[in-house]
Amino acid sequence: MSGVRVLVGTRKGAFILTSDGKRERWDVSGPHFGGWEIYHVKGSPADQNRLYVSQSSGWFGQMIQRSADGGKTWETAGNEFKYDGIPGTHQWYDGTQHPWEFKRVWHLEPSLTDPDTVYAGVEDAALFRSTDAGKSWQELPGLRCHESGPRWAPGAGGMAVHTVLLDRMNPGRMFIAISSAGAFRTDDGGTTWRPINRGLRSDYIPDPNAEVGHCVHRIAMHPSRPNVLFMQKHWDVMRSNDAGESWHEVSGNLPTDFGFPIEVHSHEPETIYVVPIKSDSEHYPPDGKLRVYRSRTGGNEWEALCNGLPQQDCYVNVLREASAVDSLDPCGVYFGTTGGQVYASSNAGDAWAPIVRDLPAVLSVEVQTLP
Amino acid sequence: MIRVVIPFHLRTLAGVTGHVELRVEGPATQRSVLDAIEATYPMLRGTIRDHTTQLRRPFLRFFACEQDLSHESPDAMLPDAVASGAEPFLIVGGIAGG
Repeated sequence: MSGVRVLVGTRKGAFILTSDGKRERWDVSGPHFGGWEIYHVKGSPADQNRLYVSQSSGWFGQMIQRSADGGKTWETAGNEFKYDGIPGTHQWYDGTQHPWEFKRVWHLEPSLTDPDTVYAGVEDAALFRSTDAGKSWQELPGLRCHESGPRWAPGAGGMAVHTVLLDRMNPGRMFIAISSAGAFRTDDGGTTWRPINRGLRSDYIPDPNAEVGHCVHRIAMHPSRPNVLFMQKHWDVMRSNDAGESWHEVSGNLPTDFGFPIEVHSHEPETIYVVPIKSDSEHYPPDGKLRVYRSRTGGNEWEALCNGLPQQDCYVNVLREASAVDSLDPCGVYFGTTGGQVYASSNAGDAWAPIVRDLPAVLSVEVQTLP
Repeated sequence: MIRVVIPFHLRTLAGVTGHVELRVEGPATQRSVLDAIEATYPMLRGTIRDHTTQLRRPFLRFFACEQDLSHESPDAMLPDAVASGAEPFLIVGGIAGG
């Protein structure tokens, strides 16, 4: 029988949750790397037992861990992330130019075909790649060195590459997103990049329609339709039908269009999920009710999913990396909260249950569907 | 042998318990001790000092013989008691939070 492995990164360690294909009973292992901030754990699509972990600490800096056995054992990989050439500067909070400084790895994206190749989206915003299973890292400097780079500025959460999407149908194409610079695309394997933010409007920047400066929180795609992208922006849920050339808003009837994660159903490319958060000043759900919203129409028309989720006195947040879907049928949907719960639905969102609770604040959730 | 006490998380990373004992070639300085630590435990590279600048990470301190050596030159001689192994060289994580 098939199974599911849920990879959870938290403020104080990593946890691995496993279940069979029924997704009713869960085994929890962890904490792995207890006491460390685990921004992301992700498995290789080319080798389900190859896992990569971003482990960091304000005291000791960045570590990368790697497993060859699905998280039973770990091996320390390389942790030297050196910007290519002279790093240059970007805009700082006070408007001055500030040197690029590596802080941490936010996102690890393993290659679709090679378990030893993995991309790392880092803060301060840049993209690195390893082709030796994380032993060494080389920057793809075309992104950071884009002519708009000196105009990129950190938001309250820093300035990081937090989203990396690989195009299964076009190996040279990648999408990334930076808070708070916006979305970028490469069509040549990461050598050159261009902003893809036309149609985004952000009233919190001097020119609301600027080419860069938008606080993109997350982008999602269905692997069968890589030209259709969905975005949760700081405010606004957006959609692109042309690989990011243009975007239009699909917030529709959402109670609030602020939020962090966005996901696409694994079998229905027009079914998408968001978790509305009241506002950027109040990072918790509206009315103390934790509700996932699902659109079966690719946006605009949304329904609240609350069966099994707390509907009173709930003031957790769901961070940008903290949701995922499995590829079983029916599709499983998962998200973790800053209150330490990981909720799962084994029926595409119709009903939910916590599969673990009282963990440290959840930073990331990824799911592997096992044969 | 020089004795070095490293913080809990670095002991976990290095897979050691208690203090570590290191044979240091040449004069005993912060640099030679850290070189020896990183040679023996390569997983600790970058966790105590920056890969490129070789500067101490901001929230770590170096103590020995009831002295704060954090701001000493990395090439300054460590106290004789450290060099002889009578006293440990302490790598301490700064207390933070409330």
